[in-house]
Amino acid sequence: MAVHKRSYHAYAGDLTPRWSRFLVVSRYACQNALSSKNLVAYFALCFVYPLGCALALYANHNPRLLALFNTSSFFDPGAKLFFHFLRIQGTLGFVLTAFVGPGLVSPDLANNALPLYLCRPFSKAEYVMGKIFVLLALLSLITWVPGETLFLIQCSLAGASWLATNFWMISSIFLGSAVEILVFSLLALALSAWIKRRRAAGAALLGVFFFGAGFGQAINAVLRTTNGSLIDLAKLIARVEDQLFRQHTSVGISAADAWVALVAISAFCLLLLQKKVKAYEVVRG
Amino acid sequence: MAPVIELDGLGVTLGGRKILEELKCSLSGRAIGLLGPNGAGKSTLINTLLGFYPPAAGTARVLGCDIRAEMKQIRALAGYMPESECFIAHLTAVSFVRLMAELSGLPSDAALERAHEALFYVGLGEARYRLLGTYSLGMKQLAKLAQAIAHGPRLLILDEPTNGLDPPARQRMIRLIREMRDTRDLHILLCSHLLRDVEETCEEVLILKDGHQVHYANLEEERKANRRFLELETVGGDGAFAEAVERLDCECAATGRRLKMVLGQDFAIRDLYRLAEEHGVQIRRLNYRRDSLEDIFLKAMENHNGRP
Repeated sequence: MAVHKRSYHAYAGDLTPRWSRFLVVSRYACQNALSSKNLVAYFALCFVYPLGCALALYANHNPRLLALFNTSSFFDPGAKLFFHFLRIQGTLGFVLTAFVGPGLVSPDLANNALPLYLCRPFSKAEYVMGKIFVLLALLSLITWVPGETLFLIQCSLAGASWLATNFWMISSIFLGSAVEILVFSLLALALSAWIKRRRAAGAALLGVFFFGAGFGQAINAVLRTTNGSLIDLAKLIARVEDQLFRQHTSVGISAADAWVALVAISAFCLLLLQKKVKAYEVVRG
Repeated sequence: MAPVIELDGLGVTLGGRKILEELKCSLSGRAIGLLGPNGAGKSTLINTLLGFYPPAAGTARVLGCDIRAEMKQIRALAGYMPESECFIAHLTAVSFVRLMAELSGLPSDAALERAHEALFYVGLGEARYRLLGTYSLGMKQLAKLAQAIAHGPRLLILDEPTNGLDPPARQRMIRLIREMRDTRDLHILLCSHLLRDVEETCEEVLILKDGHQVHYANLEEERKANRRFLELETVGGDGAFAEAVERLDCECAATGRRLKMVLGQDFAIRDLYRLAEEHGVQIRRLNYRRDSLEDIFLKAMENHNGRP
């Protein structure tokens, strides 16, 4: 059994570098998130589709299997494959965000824990970075990391000529994932900071997407415009990904407008976080 | 001794309202009390020293670091126990204190060791693996104290540390504060509206009211300078005893068998016994008291009320 000193004494040991301290918050938040068996099960489920894709790519280049079905290929492993891969993983990522995101900041606010974080050599920005890093890491693991891995598998199977033709997709997979990850994470964190109840924050995250989509459709129908799509987050992300993967688009707004709208939404989320993440609220009057 | 806290015309305005105005003093005691009635601005002053609120005028220095320019250094040197109930419900006490120590810069292993030590020190050793959400109010106060000292701060800021504690828990908290003060490893800034807490732990006190500094006192010197009183009940003798007592270094008022005396600096009780023996007087009752912090506080409040 460990024997601990029972008197007060100062600490004289080494300190960790300041830049790395936000990772402490991430580590604890991640431990807390992954303490839920349901979440771990869902997280594992998110890897089923990438594994299926990897198997499909292997099958698509297996001469014995192709000969068995008497075909030269089962599918075209081009931009469309990675585009759909990102759409599906993005949807799974959104649900994962709805699981994890609301529990990041709201419990700290509900328990008035922010003064304890911020009375240390630890800034608001580091606190937000620490919290958002959990989402960035988890979402990365199910979006661009498997996406790029699939790309590498396809390269290794198809050869240098395929790589030369599709080299541009490396950045598309990463950028498309990054857009999804950043928008989901910032939105989840902002809602988590403004809504103290975890479940309410999760519901609000779903609400922002579905109400935004419904409201945008209503605006489009009533005003006979396409600008209603600017408040439809799913369409904005879809429009950006259409452009990144050089796909035909059915969304009636330009890619530039979609980029601007997404940047504005992200900036608004940061503003909401800036307003709410503070040690103490000042009551005006 | 180098000043711990220097207030240099410090003013704070929140929500358009002046909360603190023109605070100016230098505090260098091992344990400094911040006293004042509710709403006096004590917590605002602490929050300003920790950088939670920006100063509107003047500045302040904590352990030589300016609050306008060197906030990170100040936060690295300070440990803070907030007044409000604040914790992380889903963590055990040991994880909570470890997290806080790691955020202060301790490596993970050292933070774990210090967390255990701090929890044993405050008396939560046996309960350290319980979730904080299951703690009683008194235990939460102790856990807050543990997180404030785990990283070994040079200045420990305690905001109403005995709030909501029952008498034994309060005694324990006061004992811990005194013990830490006496280790000489750290300075303590204790903010309270409870005079007894401050009186029992602090050497120096700053009294605030309505955001103004109404009194600064070195408690030890103040106690020495304050008046001492004696109340006597006697049997026997005659008026000569009262006259003889008046010739000692004191003011005396006699009513029947009772004497009330305001004692001077050089008054010695043994002279009183000697006079009683000389005049054949029996002393049946003797009450001795001196100005307490309560008297100092009330005087400061009265003076402030009389201010234009």
